[in-house]
Amino acid sequence: MTQFIEWISQPWPWYVAGPLIGLTVPALLILGNKSFGISSSLRHICAACVPAGIPLFTYNWKKEIWNLLFVLGTAIGGFIAMNFLANPDTIVISESTQSDLRALGITNFSDLMPAEIFSWNTLFSGKGVVFFLIGGFLVGFGTRYAEGCTSGHAIMGISSLQWPSLIATIFFMLGGFFMTHILLEPLMKSVEF
Amino acid sequence: MSKSLKNTEQVVDTHCAAPNSSQTKDKGLSLLKYMLIGIVFGIVFVKAEIISWFRIQEMFRLQSFHMYGVIGSAIVTGIISIQLIKRLNIKSIHGETINIPTKVFKKGQIIGGFIFGLGWAITGACPGPIFAQIGSGFTVILVTLISALAGTWIYGKFENQFPN
Repeated sequence: MTQFIEWISQPWPWYVAGPLIGLTVPALLILGNKSFGISSSLRHICAACVPAGIPLFTYNWKKEIWNLLFVLGTAIGGFIAMNFLANPDTIVISESTQSDLRALGITNFSDLMPAEIFSWNTLFSGKGVVFFLIGGFLVGFGTRYAEGCTSGHAIMGISSLQWPSLIATIFFMLGGFFMTHILLEPLMKSVEF
Repeated sequence: MSKSLKNTEQVVDTHCAAPNSSQTKDKGLSLLKYMLIGIVFGIVFVKAEIISWFRIQEMFRLQSFHMYGVIGSAIVTGIISIQLIKRLNIKSIHGETINIPTKVFKKGQIIGGFIFGLGWAITGACPGPIFAQIGSGFTVILVTLISALAGTWIYGKFENQFPN
């Protein structure tokens, strides 16, 4: 048993994680005839809390409670993994990424998230505005405009061989490359990194 | 409830990325299975470090295969699963024929997709990992979640004014 815990505490390689994530697709289809997609949960929360007569948020969201329970489970899973299955060693990040990020002013590579950005202390600063407010807004706005995110388009959509999802995924990646290579440096400089 | 009413509920919502084709109503404890799948999903997200901002940076800098391996093998698993379901005509546990609604192409998948990509690289999170990050103790990501909800709402409010 201790051996098992030790083994499960190591970071899981892509060839374990990817197929497990992929199996969510048939699991949801077979258990409930439901298509995998997570950004929909954001829409359901809007529909439940502030529908404001907006057509996009006026529908029977209660029928989609399963989706909200799924994301609640995702948060609980995060809690379980961090508290009971946590990797005792520090995260191993590629050398070249570390040196690129050092050039941008990131110095702490010991946790899953850089501590100089993702903490409550940065919330009321320029960093907080960029990384939480702007970043989050773009994620919520973009996924709804694109009608899906990495799960709904890249995984569920491409798995069911739907070309609009392939196009969406290509543009997810292009947006990410553009931010990382062109916009991130000036953005970070502007908030005193 | 009459059968005809049930059928009217079957109208496919074209806005929804996660359409629900189930004709059987899930209630009470039977809903818990979705939470269980979510729990497994959240554990995988943390254990494979998919929730890490650093892993997303590695991906967009083409400096690690990890995230490409995760997404690629998830897609391959999904393709095989859906082909098996279709070819063997596997039914849902409620005996329904499995239905995967067709996604309609819109400009939003290009413009909105690009905008989401910008946010993905800043936050290091797509919507799934946002929830896993909060659960795993990065509670400040609640602010990211609220911003994402605001983004979703603003899109909904001005939907007609964006090209689609």
